[in-house]
Parts: sequence; structure tokens; C-alpha cells
Amino acid sequence: MSALLDVHRLTIRTGTTTLVRDLSFQTASGERVGLIGESGSGKSLTALAATGLLPAGLVAEGSVELAGQQVIGTPDNQLDQLRGTAAAIVFQEPLTALDPLKRVGRQVAEPLSRRARRDGRPLSGTALDGAVLALLDEVALSDPTRIARAYPHELSGGQRQRIAIAMALACRPDLLIADEPTTALDVTTQAEILNLLDRLVRERNMALLFISHDLPVVANTVERVVVLRKGEAVETGPVATVFGAPQHDYTRSLLAAARSFDDALEGRS
Amino acid sequence: MTAAAETQAVERRQHSLTLYAGAVLVGIHVVIALLTLVWLPYDPSAMAGGRLEPPSWLHWVGTDRLGRDLFTQLMIGSRIALMVGVGAVAIGAVIGVTLGLLAAFASRWLDDALAATLDILIAFPTLLIAMLVVAASDTASLSTAIVALGIALSAIVARLTRILAKRVLLMDYITAARTSGTSWLGIVLIHVLPNIWPTLSVNFALQFGLAVIAEASLSYLGLGAPPPNASWGRLLQEAQGTVYTAPIGAIAPGVALVSLVIGMNLLADGLREAIDPTRQAR
Repeated sequence: MSALLDVHRLTIRTGTTTLVRDLSFQTASGERVGLIGESGSGKSLTALAATGLLPAGLVAEGSVELAGQQVIGTPDNQLDQLRGTAAAIVFQEPLTALDPLKRVGRQVAEPLSRRARRDGRPLSGTALDGAVLALLDEVALSDPTRIARAYPHELSGGQRQRIAIAMALACRPDLLIADEPTTALDVTTQAEILNLLDRLVRERNMALLFISHDLPVVANTVERVVVLRKGEAVETGPVATVFGAPQHDYTRSLLAAARSFDDALEGRS
Repeated sequence: MTAAAETQAVERRQHSLTLYAGAVLVGIHVVIALLTLVWLPYDPSAMAGGRLEPPSWLHWVGTDRLGRDLFTQLMIGSRIALMVGVGAVAIGAVIGVTLGLLAAFASRWLDDALAATLDILIAFPTLLIAMLVVAASDTASLSTAIVALGIALSAIVARLTRILAKRVLLMDYITAARTSGTSWLGIVLIHVLPNIWPTLSVNFALQFGLAVIAEASLSYLGLGAPPPNASWGRLLQEAQGTVYTAPIGAIAPGVALVSLVIGMNLLADGLREAIDPTRQAR
């Protein structure tokens, strides 16, 4: 199985500061990989670099191959063809990830019709509306007809994140990158969104790159993890190995922190 | 209906009142302007009565010092003011929005260069730039005045567009759209323009008022539309000599000017409330 996303010796810097150093990992098609680390460890930058969308002023070196195509140094108009089709991203904050002035149905319709155009089977009118509703139904939104007509601010956080997921799914990507998709949500909603992602990734046989600082969430969602610390990968391997027998101090401290937090929640000390 | 919902309903009614008042004021001018195309009470350049007659049933706001009917000239003034406003804002919008978007998307140095140029242009008063353009074209005509004002306004529009577009470009939904494969042109058309449009359109309405006032100033200085185009500015200038004997000659064009500008501003406020769905639905 060839790698869908092949990051090799990726270094991201701004000016003299190095934000990600020498990062290498691969995601095969259908595989679920977790990228974990505390905030500021370069997780989100890695996700953006994977689609060639680093903010201006940040320079990427090394190699990022997405679906066999080199991303670093490739002009934007060529990458546009790759984006969405090879990989789509679900962001952390679902409110800002949706255009505030557009009804969400139309926002879902946008990537849906683009993908249909790329496949040479343009969708429009009632067929497009039907596809939007089907997609909203697939992300388990009740009453899709009403929700499609709503503006983002009229929806709850969980509903918005479902819309964001629907927009990513509309691209029918081979790789779904989820950048802290549950961090902005309350605990109950978190679990629902995680189940949803899990189900969708399996059903559609997508690869998943799951970015999070939340160990239990990562452990239940992915097969393999990359632990990032200050832009460097300190540990890589199957979930059971990394979390069961952590080799690096940093992984151990992350685990200990998560454990003591759980203990505190359950009233132990 | 809960108390909160009731307050919101009252608020909404007030918004629509603003829109309504603005629409009526501007609407009066539009109707008059259209009317001048087919009918005028008197020939605007012929003597219609005695000199400096006070208002009467025959001459609603009297006559000027050449005995021409003032109301006829005010009506033509409405048409000219609307042409100037629409024309100048359209030119300013096309040039300004294009430049602003270009700057927002451009590489660092081009953006800096454009921004610096715009800042320098804005440092000059709109009227001064317009006067320079009119002087450079060496014929004072209505179209020269419109083009001149359009160019002068474009710097303000461009700077606003640049700032607004840059702010939108930082939003997550732009990155989200980019990751799903939307091209830059798609980003501009689908996300940037619709999101900056409410603010821009309110600004256009304000620019409209600015353009009308600036044209009146140009005409007052003799750089605007030449006779027989009775711009309100020229009427004011002509009434200056007789302001103590026949004040209505200066007051009437002033009232016309102010009513159109206030109307546009009210319309702008009302429109902003009407287009913004986050306000509307709340």
C-alpha cells in the first residue's frame, strides 16, 4: 500500500525560528494516524503544510507528498486540483470555519458541486439540493431541510461541526485531516462527533490524520500516533505500544498529566 | 411573545423606519430627476418671469437674477446630483475594489507599495484631487467632473477594501475553502466579496453623499458642469450675490443638497441592517 501522505524531513520556519523540525511520518490510504502534542508543538502547521496552505511568512523545507504529488514548491493553481480530492481538513473552531453570511446548505453545496464537476458529472438544481440533504443526513443532523436554510450563528456548536464535517466529506477526500475537531465542543458533543468521525472514516474507507492534544481521544480514534514536542517527533508507533510502554520522557509526562486529570475528576488524588 | 422578542421587534421596526425615511428622501430626488427627462415646468435657460421674484404659485421657489424659474433649475440639479453620485461611486467602486483586492492578495512588497500610494492619495482632500483631474483635462464638463470624483473616491474605497478583504482572508473559513480546493478567484467571488459587501455598500452610500457635495463644490468654483447644467453648486454660487435680498435662492439648493445627502446616509444605515443576516435574525 503506497502512502497517501508522505511527510519526509519536513522543516517549517519563520525567519530564524524553527517551528517544525525534521518531521517524518506517513499515512497509508485507509489508515488512521494521530498527531499529538501540546499546543504550539506544530501540529496544525503540519496539517496546513500537508495541503500547501502555510500562512505567508512561513517557509517549508523537506518533502510533503500528497497522493504522489510533491506539495512544497508547487504553484497554488496546481495544488487546487489536489485539495479537496486528496485531502480535506476539519478545523477546530466550527464557528469561524463557516462563512457567517451564507446559509449552511449553500456552503455544503459549494464543495459538493466542485467535486461533481471534477468528476465530470456536474450537479445542479434539485439534484444538488438532494445531495446536500443526503450529506446532512449522513452527518446525523436531524431535520436537514431546516438546517440547510440556517445561517451558522443559528446553529449549535455541535451542529456547526457536523456541517464542517459534511463540507469536508462533500469533497470525497482520500485523506481527512481533523485538526482538534472536538476541542471547542462540550464533552457530550465531543463523544458524538468522535463517533461520527469514526463511523464516517470506516464507511467511506478514508485515511484519517487526527490532530489533538487530548490523549484519550486520540487513543480511541487512531491506530498509530506521532508524538510531537516543540516541532520535533519524539515518538512514533502503534497506539498500544506508545501509550502502553512510552519510550520518551515527554510521552510519559503527557500520559501522567492525562492520568492525574482523570484521577482528579474521579475524586482520587 | 417574550419581552426580549418584543424589544427585538421594536428595534427591527426602527431599522426599517430608517430605511423607509432614506428611501423616501432619495426616492423624491429620483422621481424628480426622471421627470426632468420628459417634462419641465419652464425652459431652464429662458426668462420665465421678473427678476428675483419671491416664491409664488407660478414660481414655487421664485426666480433667479435673470428671471429664470428656480424650481426648474433645482429639478435639473437633482438629475445632475444623482448622475454625479451614481457615476462617481461606480467609477470609484470599480477602480477601488479592484485595487483593494489586488493589494490584499498581492505579494508583500506590491501590497506595501499600493498601501503607501493609497495613503498618500488619501492625504489629499477629495476635492483637491478632483480639481487636479479637471484641470488636467482642460475642459470642465459634467463627465470630467464625474470621472475626477470617481478617481478621487477610488483611493478611499481601495483602502477600505484592502483592510476588509485582509480581515476576511484571515478567517478559518477561507482556509477551509482553500483546503477543499477553491481557487483564489473562487475565494474572492464566493467568500470575500459577499462578506465585505455590507460594509462596502454602506460606505458607497456615504461616498455618494461625499461625491454630491464635492460636485457642488466643484461647480461652485466653476469647475463642474457648465451651463445650462444647473448644478446645485452653481445655483448656490449664482445666489451668493443676492443672498441678502433673495435668500431663498441660496436656501433652496442648500436644502435640496442636504436632503439628498441625508437621504443617502439614512438609506445606508437602513440597508446595512437589512442585508446583514446576523442582525436580521437576532
